[in-house]
Amino acid sequence: MMPEMLSLSNSPGVFIGVMLVKILAVFGVTIFIVAYATWWERKIIGHMQTRLGPMRTGFHGLLQPIADGMKLFFKEDLIPAQASKLSFVLAPLMILIPALITVAVIPFGPDLHFGNFLIPQQVTDLNIGVLYIFAFAGLGVYGIVLAGWSSNSKYSLLGGIRATAQMISYELAAGLSIIAIFMLSETLSLREIVFLQQQDLWGVCSFVPNWYVFSQPLAFGLFFITGLAEINRTPFDMPEAESELVSGFCTEYSSMKYALFFMAEYANMTVISAITVTLFLGGWSAPLNIAIFTMIPGFVWLLAKVFALMFFIIWLRATFPRVRYDQLMFLGWKVMLPLALLNVLITGLVVVILQ
Amino acid sequence: MVFCKSPINSAIGLVNTFFCLAIFYVMLNAPFMAAIQVMVYAGAIMVLILFVIMLLNLGTDDRKRYTNGSVWSALASLLVLGNVIFFIKRGRVTGAEGDITAFVVESVGHTELIGTTLLTQFMLPFEIASIVLLVAIVGAVVLAKKEV
Repeated sequence: MMPEMLSLSNSPGVFIGVMLVKILAVFGVTIFIVAYATWWERKIIGHMQTRLGPMRTGFHGLLQPIADGMKLFFKEDLIPAQASKLSFVLAPLMILIPALITVAVIPFGPDLHFGNFLIPQQVTDLNIGVLYIFAFAGLGVYGIVLAGWSSNSKYSLLGGIRATAQMISYELAAGLSIIAIFMLSETLSLREIVFLQQQDLWGVCSFVPNWYVFSQPLAFGLFFITGLAEINRTPFDMPEAESELVSGFCTEYSSMKYALFFMAEYANMTVISAITVTLFLGGWSAPLNIAIFTMIPGFVWLLAKVFALMFFIIWLRATFPRVRYDQLMFLGWKVMLPLALLNVLITGLVVVILQ
Repeated sequence: MVFCKSPINSAIGLVNTFFCLAIFYVMLNAPFMAAIQVMVYAGAIMVLILFVIMLLNLGTDDRKRYTNGSVWSALASLLVLGNVIFFIKRGRVTGAEGDITAFVVESVGHTELIGTTLLTQFMLPFEIASIVLLVAIVGAVVLAKKEV
């Protein structure tokens, strides 16, 4: 009997159990990465600036995220008198939840056999996976905008307005840059995109996998840069430019609400790395089609690639100054967008010629 | 959304409405429409509306002026709801089955179906819509810029 995909209709009990395990595992790992990304960032930037970074709490400061969390948890939770209360409380949640929800479509391994069933190693395999990510990325803007507006302070408002303009302009270029991927893969499901990337490179080179970064280097660069702009990381962290806006949209926040903003920033960083890895760098598949590499389970490769990209993002923060606002808009509309359109055009031509 | 006194809260309510509409699309086997709904309406258009409300700083002075209207708007929406329920219950709109059933959507794929119909059967309206949008963009640029 052919194994069939486990679903709610053919085995409800097992399905719900498996789903709960998968959701808990993915959520737990993401939260763990988010917590330790703060420690990691401080360590890396410290060493790059010939400092040591956190050293006091535990071995090489390993308990620092816990100490930070405790400290923020016990701080007083202030709500400014002039603030709009509902939006002020809602804003941190509206930025964190879309960031955490997007992890659901990232595949982290090949299908598992369980009795007669196939279980995909992914919380859910949507056939519109990438659009789902973009939809929730679009909702993430509200958190920043509302935080900026509801604090009723001019620094926050300026930060919020900058964030809106920046995220709307870069979302276009990000969406256009990955259209080229779909033209090659002919599917929107992330699971199938990863399977396609495991084949031989352009059908010729048998031990190098067909990662889309090789056939779409321009799209990879565009997506990564626009992704950085979308999650407001350096060099595009205009919304919280501390030298001019105090701390931007989260100036008035304190205690756990402030911690939620920080968690959202690192969750976004993890998610954008995971999406880039899945779309361009083969997801959970091994970097070379050699037996020693393919024996290592998929999630190890996925995490290794995600960590490498996160290291790169942190490295960028230690290296580059912040771009100016007009430079940001110039880059978004006059460089990224035309390049993305050009890439779509070239890919279309090549696909038609190859047919 | 209608009863909120502050326009920003109304805008958030509208976002919520769009999101719930997207959930309806998912339940109707149309995930592509749902994603586009959230991306375009909730993610882009509403952000712009929010942006305008924020910049104009509406809702500080004239909050009390509109509160009387809420009773009438509630009445009107109740009437519309009653109307809709009445027409659905009369049974004129149910029962007809087209070519594209839930089974076809399942086997071919919703995104593929929309793509093929949009670029074959409805090619002309699709192109006209894009030209209209292009004209709107050019018009906006001309209006906004003093020296073209």
